[in-house]
Amino acid sequence: MDSLGNTLANLLTIAWLLPLFGFVVQILFALKWWGRKSKTGAYLAIFCIGAGFVCSSTAFYKWDTQAGHLVFKEAKPAATAEVAAPESEPTAEASDEHHHKKSSGKQTVFSGTFYQLAQFGDLKISLDYYIDSLTLAMFVMVTLIATCIHIFATGYMSEELVEDYVDHQVHTHDGGHFHRPGRFYRFFSYLSLFCFAMLGLVIAGNIFQVFIFWELVGICSYLLIGFYIERHSASTAANKAFIVNRVGDFGFIIGLMILWTSFGTFNFADQHAADHSVKPGLFSMVTRDDHGEFAKTSGGKDVVLTTQQDGHGAWQAPPESSPRKTIAYTLLIVAGLGVFGGCVGKSAQFPLQTWLPDAMEGPTPVSALVHSATMVAAGVYLAGRFYPMFTPEVLLTIAYVGCITAFVAATIAIVATDIKKVLAYSTISQLGYMMLGLGVGGWAAGLFHLITHAFFKSLMFLCSGSVIAGCHHEQEMPKMGGLLRKMPITALTMLVGVIAIAGLAIPGVYLKFWWYIPYLSINSDHGYVLSFSGFHSKDAILATALGYTKLNPLHFLLFLIPLLTAGITSFYMFRLWFYTFLGKPRDQHLHDHVHESPWVMTAPLLVLAFFAAFCALGGEHGNLFQTLSHSEPSHVEHGFDGSQSHTVSLPDSHSLHVKPAEGGASTHDVAGRSALLAAFIGMVISYLIYAKRVVNPDDIKRQAASVHAFLANKWGFDDLYDVMFVKPAHVVAKFAAAIDKFVFDEILHTFVRMGIAVSKWDRKFDEGVIDGIVNLMGNSTHSLALSLRNVQTGKIRQYVTFIAVSVVTLFVLLFALYPKG
Amino acid sequence: MQAIGPNPFLFIGAVLFVCGVVCMTTKRNGIGVLMGVELVLNGANLNFITFSRFTPLGLDGQVFSLFVIVLAAAEAAVALAIALNFYNNHLTIDVDRGDDLHG
Repeated sequence: MDSLGNTLANLLTIAWLLPLFGFVVQILFALKWWGRKSKTGAYLAIFCIGAGFVCSSTAFYKWDTQAGHLVFKEAKPAATAEVAAPESEPTAEASDEHHHKKSSGKQTVFSGTFYQLAQFGDLKISLDYYIDSLTLAMFVMVTLIATCIHIFATGYMSEELVEDYVDHQVHTHDGGHFHRPGRFYRFFSYLSLFCFAMLGLVIAGNIFQVFIFWELVGICSYLLIGFYIERHSASTAANKAFIVNRVGDFGFIIGLMILWTSFGTFNFADQHAADHSVKPGLFSMVTRDDHGEFAKTSGGKDVVLTTQQDGHGAWQAPPESSPRKTIAYTLLIVAGLGVFGGCVGKSAQFPLQTWLPDAMEGPTPVSALVHSATMVAAGVYLAGRFYPMFTPEVLLTIAYVGCITAFVAATIAIVATDIKKVLAYSTISQLGYMMLGLGVGGWAAGLFHLITHAFFKSLMFLCSGSVIAGCHHEQEMPKMGGLLRKMPITALTMLVGVIAIAGLAIPGVYLKFWWYIPYLSINSDHGYVLSFSGFHSKDAILATALGYTKLNPLHFLLFLIPLLTAGITSFYMFRLWFYTFLGKPRDQHLHDHVHESPWVMTAPLLVLAFFAAFCALGGEHGNLFQTLSHSEPSHVEHGFDGSQSHTVSLPDSHSLHVKPAEGGASTHDVAGRSALLAAFIGMVISYLIYAKRVVNPDDIKRQAASVHAFLANKWGFDDLYDVMFVKPAHVVAKFAAAIDKFVFDEILHTFVRMGIAVSKWDRKFDEGVIDGIVNLMGNSTHSLALSLRNVQTGKIRQYVTFIAVSVVTLFVLLFALYPKG
Repeated sequence: MQAIGPNPFLFIGAVLFVCGVVCMTTKRNGIGVLMGVELVLNGANLNFITFSRFTPLGLDGQVFSLFVIVLAAAEAAVALAIALNFYNNHLTIDVDRGDDLHG
């Protein structure tokens, strides 16, 4: 099994580092080697990420056949709800020093260290890897979607393949448009850097490494949102995204500080030293007992960290007599909330959701890759990865935040008219769903929705990109209409995405030929269902939410609001589709020039449409869900009874599927049927209003003008933040500027004036005294010389006379004064 | 014959000397100045010889005089060359005109 771990680590490392290689080559040499008009850089990027996909899927397959639960082999129409235990339970003994595997319960984790960056006392900062089925699923999902989007972007961004690109949305002072060199190669180098960062985030084996790559994807997001940096809206949106994310990251850093102070390590997994001693990782230190409770001190206020292994390798709290680490329960909550704060920022959850719609200023492939499928999902991914550290209180917060986000964003999406904005709000709403799923105890359900959502949302974004490109960069849906005939492939693939996200399904339909493909012929709780991926994942979340509200009747909104949101989602997604593709063309001029996109753009649509439809085949008994739930933290499965400790209870994932003994439907069936009903109602209303035009939507808008204005104003969040933060920041900034100007500047000016006065005095001293002395000496010498020069008459006879007279005088003096004798 | 003392010799030497000095200070002709110089030198020579004759110095004074004569000849040669050059430049040998280096 260790060889499997090494193989997986190597494959994923290759997949991870290839985009970095692509980035370096492109950013350094693309311009020099290939020039602006070449697509070679893009092909290199596609090769890197495509090879990454091959590596990841190979790793996924290897894991699935060797360590997974082998759904391929035992796929039967009547698969029971009982999760198949791994056929060959891997042994817990790790022989390789550098590579270790943990296997507690169902989990199989491979972890190890790539490279140690630094060591500060006990704290090691290193590049680790932590590979479980979630990592693998994320790798396959990210690389596959990124490959499709890279290919799509070679078509979408081809306008940039010029030496002189004219940006028609930027006006210069002289009334013309802004000219700049094309940036095709730069776009692809950013995409490669992003892929590297995202994969690094997923493979990271410690929370600090996650944070590093977390910031790196933030940078990539900033660069890509601000790709058209000359447009004011784009640069503002890039700044907004970055700054709003900093707010969340502040919480993240607080969480990191608490973790390090209390736990003394950042590692997820246990670390095996050379002397075969085992240092517990974060997850091992919070091992729960059979009832899902932490080990606590006798007072019950502190959690005792399980830092000691018993004979079977299970982690347990050291006995009270021996020294043991504890952490205050409230501090554990704060750490969880802090890390979740980072997730809130990155995944655009309430109340930090405002940056994501603005981020649509980036090119559409960026919206598809970064701002719908992968980067924004990183928050959900981290919440899932960090799940063992979350206390029930934190989970309740997560659930409510997700619930609010899902509802708020969905209502705004109803009134949005920009095709990308609708998708952006739908993304926020769906991310809220995932958070909700995680929060109510549906670990696998939330991450299941993450994967399925990534496929259908990237599909829909690419479709909208295709529409935008076809409509010559028109994004307003009211100007579109009737595009079905003009762009059939885009319209139909979009329909697949819409059905998937709406969660529509046709119960009772059973295609007989599926029998012959064992993988496809899988029963679900609802009997045979013809449905696309979103149905299953939304189903799983709602079922868990219903189970949760049954256990905690106080939190009944956590089921009702998502159910309502499911209906709204279906409504606005079909509204988008009807608005864009059906009806009469509303702008005839625009309509006449619309064309279907070239194959480089439609081919990725078809691939993604296939996955959006079928990636979740089999629902919760399908391969994807089972693979994911393989990595489910061991305490999640059996639920948690919080009635004793006055906290919330979490549902047992098996009980959801069990039909009550007195007859009737299981929790899962009830939730699924309600969701399906809500989705159908949403679709029908949407059909009546926007396709049949039973009621004119403009009339509705007039009737409910205030509601419409409220929603179109995005619930006033931007205004609220403007008043709460931006304006005060401006006031403070002005105050600070005034202090600078009138206090600090004045002080400086006083110093300067004093300096000037001193130098003026100094100058006078220099000129008067120093120069005076020198000049005096010079002048006196000069005047002496002037007086002496008169002696030098040049008259030879005079000289002789002087000499003679002098000699005589000398002699006279000599004789007169020399003492005689 | 009554032996005469050194005083008459010294007196003549002094007269020669004074004549030379007066000649040097009064003559504007360069050659005249040279002649004055010769008179001064010869006055000096006479003093050398007188003191040599009337003191037990042997022939020292005479030898000195010979040197002075030789030097005077050389000096005359140089001075005449200067006079020629001076004439070339100024078309005169008036020493009062040679005041180009006056202060």
